[in-house]
Amino acid sequence: MATLANAPTLAQRARNIRRNALRMGEVQGQGYIAQALDIADVLAVAYFHAMRFRAEDPAWEGRDRFLLSNGHYAIALYAVLIEAGIIPEAELETYGFDDSRLPMSGMASYTPGMEMSGGSLGLGLAIAVGMALGLKRKTSTARIFTLFSDGELDEGSKWEAIMSAAHHELDNIIAIVDVNNQQADGPSKQMLGFEPLVDKLEAFGWFVQRVDGNDLDAVVGAFDAAMAHAAPKPRMIVADTLMGKGVPFLEQREKNHFIRIEPHEWQLALSALDAGDQP
Amino acid sequence: MAARPVGPGRGRPAVKSEGSPPTGKDKLTTSAMIASIAAEGQRTRPAPFGHALVELARSREDVVGMTADLGKYTDLHIFAQAFPDRYYQMGMAEQLLFGAASGLAAEGFMPFATTYAVFASRRAYDFIHQTIAEEDRNVKIACALPGLTSGYGPSHQAAEDLALFRAMPNMTVIDPCDAHEIEQIVPAIAAHRGPVYMRLLRGQVPLVLDEYNYRFELGKAALLRDGTDVLIISSGIMTMRALEAAQALSNDRVNAAILHVPTIKPLDTEAILREAARPGRLVVVAENHTVIGGLGEAVAALLMRAGVHPAFRQIGLPDAFLTAGALPTLHDRYGISTAEVTRQIKQWLR
Repeated sequence: MATLANAPTLAQRARNIRRNALRMGEVQGQGYIAQALDIADVLAVAYFHAMRFRAEDPAWEGRDRFLLSNGHYAIALYAVLIEAGIIPEAELETYGFDDSRLPMSGMASYTPGMEMSGGSLGLGLAIAVGMALGLKRKTSTARIFTLFSDGELDEGSKWEAIMSAAHHELDNIIAIVDVNNQQADGPSKQMLGFEPLVDKLEAFGWFVQRVDGNDLDAVVGAFDAAMAHAAPKPRMIVADTLMGKGVPFLEQREKNHFIRIEPHEWQLALSALDAGDQP
Repeated sequence: MAARPVGPGRGRPAVKSEGSPPTGKDKLTTSAMIASIAAEGQRTRPAPFGHALVELARSREDVVGMTADLGKYTDLHIFAQAFPDRYYQMGMAEQLLFGAASGLAAEGFMPFATTYAVFASRRAYDFIHQTIAEEDRNVKIACALPGLTSGYGPSHQAAEDLALFRAMPNMTVIDPCDAHEIEQIVPAIAAHRGPVYMRLLRGQVPLVLDEYNYRFELGKAALLRDGTDVLIISSGIMTMRALEAAQALSNDRVNAAILHVPTIKPLDTEAILREAARPGRLVVVAENHTVIGGLGEAVAALLMRAGVHPAFRQIGLPDAFLTAGALPTLHDRYGISTAEVTRQIKQWLR
């Protein structure tokens, strides 16, 4: 938690996460950039407001676990891990290269601070259930934060885990679903309708909040309420986000699930990010 | 032979229908899931897996049991009764079962996760691959109804599980023969750090190997009987069949050696090559699994790579969706009964 007077603000953290992600994207010329930009605010709040961790000891037993279920968002999580000092900034240049600790899809066996191997979708919440049960067995107060995408709601395993977490009263799970309404083949809602999501999750026994995932104050409020909630229920934050957030010409791109950016555009993107950050 | 209605399903072997349609009278019943593989009068021991797990859990506090609505049918209920607070009922959700097992293992526990072999191998393969094997999590997967040990039809017949789990990196794969062996496998795989898939015989499980001074050792094959005419390399219940067949063959003065290979992966290549290279013997691999991708093809590939070329035959399930029916009928039909093992070997030696 940032308590020092001179600590970066969450807005600065989010901006740095976006910058890190764009710089890694430039290394490969392509990637899941729009997702990294849309989820940067949520990740800033998770890591620099809510979660307990030790940058110098990413496997510290008392840490809060962060399970990235949507492994293709790895570039976003690397950006946070760099910002948090868990991964040296210099490694950013190795993103997606042979023998890098930062492969394009997130894998626990490669990267410090990664708690699971993603890539295949719908895995994270099931692992979270087991970890949450394990933490309770150990009477640990550590919590599981897990991020997944609206597209993952298509996977039946997600709903198995949603039922299970409520059944076992796993109040140590705080799940975030990134509703950016974009899947590989097009808008999520056209692939397999998942609304009304809040009603569904509440009916499944979860404590649910829906917020603008790009409004830092709203996201902070949602994490605070999730952590303070008293009922023995798992907690879900439904975060509506904007693909490409912070870089206007990417926000407007129609096909932005996996984007390619021309070499000269990276500098434009970084400049646009900085321009948007001016008061 | 019991006839069955032959449907239009592709890939199914035609079943000979002799005379008039079956009336249901004087036929063996299907027995379905609760079928025991023990022959009438055979020595058995009840729920060896469940009891062995209870024994293990007394000294290892990290052991937890998990199942997907099949506790009673995988003998895990014995553990659940002894350690109710270390038992996790995950509901009929196999993807969740194995994902959650990975999570518990990540927190330092050693889950024994049980279901039927078909659901682990077919339904939850990706979850085991990604959350357990790829992350090298210390999860022990114990699965009932391996191969052809249910008369319930293809939905419950796990003919391909060994092929699938053999192909998965980091996975240790075990196919036990009897109750005696299962009791020894449980502590042995607990002592091994890493994911394990073991086939499970449940209920009243035959007791055979105690008469052979046998001890299970992970990764090791055991020569149960020596002989000069044929070498049977077998795993699982087929070792039991091979021992019976060897007895029958000896009446015809055929001398059979039996190499029991309970660990399918990693294979005991040394013992297999040593025995298969001895000249003058027909090598027969017998397994309760499709002839594709299991022990038979593993041994064949090993021999070819090593330049060992004995006469070689396979006994196993055909590449087909098997029929429903009574187990003795099906074991005869698909060539894995003692009588069929004996008959085939005699024919090959002729």
